[in-house]
Amino acid sequence: MFDITIITQYYPLFLKGLLNTVLICAAGLALGMAWGLALYSIGNSRLAIPRALYRGYVNLFRGTPLLVQLFLLFYGGPYFGLNLSAIATGILGLTLYGAAYFAEIYRAGFQNIPAGQIEAAQDLGMSPLQTMLHVQIPQMLTLIIPSVINQTILIIKESAILSIITVPEVTTAAVKISTETFSIVEPYVVLAGAYWLIVTAVSRGGQLWERRQMRYISR
Amino acid sequence: MFDFGVILAQYPQLLKGAWQTLSLSLISILIGFVFGHLLCFGKMSERPLLRRTCALYISFFRGTPLLVQLSIIFYFLPLADINIPSVLAAVLCLSMNTAAFQAEILRGGFQALPGGQVEAARDLGFTPLQIRLHIQVPQVFRATLPALLNETIDILKNSALISTIAVTDLMRMSQTIASSTYRPVESFAVAGAIYFIMTYAIGKFGLYLERRLRIS
Repeated sequence: MFDITIITQYYPLFLKGLLNTVLICAAGLALGMAWGLALYSIGNSRLAIPRALYRGYVNLFRGTPLLVQLFLLFYGGPYFGLNLSAIATGILGLTLYGAAYFAEIYRAGFQNIPAGQIEAAQDLGMSPLQTMLHVQIPQMLTLIIPSVINQTILIIKESAILSIITVPEVTTAAVKISTETFSIVEPYVVLAGAYWLIVTAVSRGGQLWERRQMRYISR
Repeated sequence: MFDFGVILAQYPQLLKGAWQTLSLSLISILIGFVFGHLLCFGKMSERPLLRRTCALYISFFRGTPLLVQLSIIFYFLPLADINIPSVLAAVLCLSMNTAAFQAEILRGGFQALPGGQVEAARDLGFTPLQIRLHIQVPQVFRATLPALLNETIDILKNSALISTIAVTDLMRMSQTIASSTYRPVESFAVAGAIYFIMTYAIGKFGLYLERRLRIS
């Protein structure tokens, strides 16, 4: 019933797709975290207009399906002179989408630092920049670990949607193997297994990292 | 340059798609809520076999992409000689997926309840089922409401994927309109706007519900 020869025959195609998934996710996540930080700085402004722009961006990207965003980028991009390859569209899509979530994660992280610590730092003569660098940011980075890991897992799973806009990642590879061999069970079982392994590994790694970092925070 | 009139002229199709998206998502959320409860009790059970089965189920559905789950259910069912319409396959898959997520949300809620309440209820002569229904579930529902509403919004958004198995939801309708009018930008922008209105409304309704439940 489970034909192992399909796997032994097609594993290079599958592994190439898997590598692409990992690379695209890594790029999308790194860029998304950076763009999210820029967004957070805009949203943290004292002025009303940047704050409204921030809220608009976050609401828009969190309130619509990733599939719709990807279709708009992929089919709409050329209308705006944006001719990107499928892979570039995929990375850009994950970046714009993930940033909305990461910006909100940073915001929650900063909010969870007790106000008394900032006052204490100021009373000790630290400048606002020093307070930020030595008191707020290190703690914020530790506090947001669980949310960042969660979001990373979500993005890895959602990257399967990129197969719909023909990005050559692992789901696309599985679909291709399935159509070439006329078999359904093997490619999809291996595909699900691969995602499950990646997600479990990221989750376990995140827990270890969290435990290591939490030693420095007393609550 | 842009012509939204052509897209909006197709409003009966868009509304039909939006209704399909909304109704299928909400049905799946409700089924997932009931099934999620059972899974949650299963994972907290003292029987190792039941506990491990539920943990494995939850781990699988939380650890693999919804798109892969949809393909598996859609293509595997005919292999087992089960032929159901794609709408049914979509609801089945969305429910099975959200049940895993809701089970974990609910487990967090149950574990946060003070243990003394259960002991007190037992001393007052409540049966285990009565304790669950009258003491734990109402409190857990209230405590986990924000997370459950988030999950509802997630499922509504993720339901766009059921368009890939030929369910005529909002996404599918906008794809049809895009290819018949040759205006992909406008039709996907309109679809995005409709999704946004739906998720925004659920979010607002959730805030209202939270505020009401907090007062009473």
